Amino acid sequence: MSLSAVWISLQLASVTVLVLLVIGTPLAWWLANSRSRWRVPVDALVALPLVLPSTVLGFYMLILLGPAGPIGRFWVAATGETLTFSFTGLVITSVLYSLPFVVQPIRDAFAAVGRGPMEAAASLGARPIDAFFSIACPQSARGFLTAAVLGFAHTLGEFGAVLMVGGSIPGETRVVAIAIYEHVEMLEYGAAHTLSAGLLLFSFVVLVAVYTVNRARHPVLLR
Amino acid sequence: MPLRSGLRAFALAVLLILTTGVSHADPVRVAVAANFLSPVEAIASAFEAAGGEPVEIVSGATGQHYAQIINGAPFDVFLAADQARPARLLEKGLAIEGSVFTYAQGRLVLWAGEGHQLPDNGFAGLVDHPVTRLAIANPRLAPYGRAARDALQATGQWQALQPRVVEGLSVGRALHYLATGNVSHALVAASYTYASGRPGGAWVAVDPSWHEPIRQDAVRLVNAPNPAGARAFMTFLKSAEAQSILQGFGYRAAGEVTEP
Repeated sequence: MSLSAVWISLQLASVTVLVLLVIGTPLAWWLANSRSRWRVPVDALVALPLVLPSTVLGFYMLILLGPAGPIGRFWVAATGETLTFSFTGLVITSVLYSLPFVVQPIRDAFAAVGRGPMEAAASLGARPIDAFFSIACPQSARGFLTAAVLGFAHTLGEFGAVLMVGGSIPGETRVVAIAIYEHVEMLEYGAAHTLSAGLLLFSFVVLVAVYTVNRARHPVLLR
Repeated sequence: MPLRSGLRAFALAVLLILTTGVSHADPVRVAVAANFLSPVEAIASAFEAAGGEPVEIVSGATGQHYAQIINGAPFDVFLAADQARPARLLEKGLAIEGSVFTYAQGRLVLWAGEGHQLPDNGFAGLVDHPVTRLAIANPRLAPYGRAARDALQATGQWQALQPRVVEGLSVGRALHYLATGNVSHALVAASYTYASGRPGGAWVAVDPSWHEPIRQDAVRLVNAPNPAGARAFMTFLKSAEAQSILQGFGYRAAGEVTEP
């Protein structure tokens, strides 16, 4: 039972990070370069999951993704399945929950690249999209690594929101943090210790890795 | 020296907060299972009105309270959601021998959300009824969840319904799934039908002979800071007045027999 929870958590964290890298990269680029008056509010929106309790997110997701909710209704009509209590629903929740942990390091890395190299590339005839992939992205590699690692680790540690949206279905939505909670509640402290110590150790190793990567001149996060 | 005076002001503020938190009369601190919060508030008011000491209520999950008590939480009385946790505290020597008693028995209802129907023949007809999803409390954690699963098994409906069963962390969460339209039906505590903020829909009682009684035990704690207050509160909890209050919230009184 616990092993399947670990497996679900790993799957959830992997899928979440992939989705976040795809949608977070253009968002981070826009945040790093835009002069729009919407930039500040969007920046704040992205940072919201950092400060909100996850029960707030879970509460609203349950309403949004529910079969009567604006997103959930559309999903039921399209697929015949409900989004809540499903792995897909967990992914959507986790993407929102871990958004700042992925977008912010990439945004800061893009900002550190600056306009100079991009303008130089443009003056040499590179199209913006070429310059983005051959200049900005490689120079921001550390930011991407930090983003992926933090997004993965943060999704693993998720509890309140996934519990609310997922409903703790074994083999489908019961992630490792929920399994730990249940072990504690059932007074199975041995099993709880095993999983908790594993998560603790893993998180520590991840943070050491992030700090090591960032030790150089341009720390991207957690400065 | 703005920094130092700032620090002094801060220290003063902290001191003020700490000291104002301690009231003059020693309160009776009661750790209570979240499902029983409303009745215990009413019972505490009646206790205070009858000249008892002020009651401080700490509501939460029974497992969490248990973990806090074995780690030295300063509670006087523990009103658990089940019988297991008070029994464990007795074994560990943290609860007072002879103080354990069943203060309430929970009842289960089948609730159909708005826009959904109850089965014509009640709970036993659930399996032949259009149920999109059925919410229950986590049977491994919550007594109401175990009772719900037992009742489904006793009526031979568990196998067929299990793929559509969704578990809430607590019985309150199970009802929340119904209130937000995420499930069509839920098996929850009857006490919620008395709650002012209850969701719409209809409900029907589940025959208590289909599951083990949902007995909630109370116990006085060895490390109680206010042992006299704890004793007084427990005596009041057994009184006819307190028992009639909790019946008004959908619980069965401690003495009521479950089996006919």
